[in-house]
Amino acid sequence: MQQIRITVNGEPQEVEPGTTVAALIERLGLAGQPCAAEVNKALVPKRDHPSRELAEGDTVELVTLVGGG
Amino acid sequence: MTSAKTSTPPAAEPGLDPLALAGRTWNSRLIVGTGKYESYETMQRALDASGAEVVTVAVRRERLINKEGRSLLEFIDTDRYTILPNTAGCFSAEDAVRVARLGREILEQLNNPGAGWVKVEVLHDKKTLLPDPVGTIEATRELVADGFKVLAYTSDDPASAVKIKEAGAASVMPAGSPIGSGQGVLNRNNILLCLELLKEGDAAYPVIVDAGVGSASDVSVAMEIGADGVLLNTAIAHAKDPVMMAHAMRHACIAGRQSYLAGRIPKRLYATASSPWEGAISYIPGE
Repeated sequence: MQQIRITVNGEPQEVEPGTTVAALIERLGLAGQPCAAEVNKALVPKRDHPSRELAEGDTVELVTLVGGG
Repeated sequence: MTSAKTSTPPAAEPGLDPLALAGRTWNSRLIVGTGKYESYETMQRALDASGAEVVTVAVRRERLINKEGRSLLEFIDTDRYTILPNTAGCFSAEDAVRVARLGREILEQLNNPGAGWVKVEVLHDKKTLLPDPVGTIEATRELVADGFKVLAYTSDDPASAVKIKEAGAASVMPAGSPIGSGQGVLNRNNILLCLELLKEGDAAYPVIVDAGVGSASDVSVAMEIGADGVLLNTAIAHAKDPVMMAHAMRHACIAGRQSYLAGRIPKRLYATASSPWEGAISYIPGE
């Protein structure tokens, strides 16, 4: 099946159609870590990660906490 | 028989009144950042030495390539510290709102009481890191409507400070001087005006001096003129000995608060002798 093109943290990525936010996080090795996700500038709460499917052209941000003032 | 000379040391340190902020009370009036440390181990020891109960963090992209093996959160006891996420690096209200929501989402996952509050920073430019007051007000208003407790970083401009409070901020946090500049409180008068206007008819409204601290005495100055707390990062993280400096900051914050509560003497042009003139056996000129 044709892959869909998305942008994750500023980098282009290709994923299977129907890939969910949870699957993407899993694939990137971030599962189980504190991580928040945004698709097209809108927060996707953790409870929705397993159901939210990504679409062609989606821009995803996956963020965590780092040192800051 | 008791003598007037008899005294016992004070049982408890006086003047350590708790800080009421964002619906909770805190024993420490120092809030410290977690950025710019040479190692997480040093940061951990410095946070401990500072006595802070609230620590700030930033929200950033996960590194998908060349991932570091260790993350900040492995070194912060989330049962001990309340984490205050910031919106550092945002130059628009829109981005600050996004970042605040992402920060809340992570803190909810961590079950940390910091979920739902945010240190709002909407910056004007990268060189000065001075705040954009209009963007700060917009972000504050939107985040308050979304249920956030907003602690807003701002300049020492009293008029902006009042507008940010009116937008619903739980605390207004004027900068002593630019972020990371180490210049301390540059305009004492403006901080005094911020304090006066923000606390008018609302004495308990918390005002925190955020940014610019270079050394312990800067913290004392801010506290002594009536700030409710001080937020700092670089002055500890980049000190030669960050852990020692964290101790110094803790003491300076307490000293400044006590000095404020104790009430300073007025400044005078001329000297006033501490020893009595009466009974002096010396020749006193002019008498």
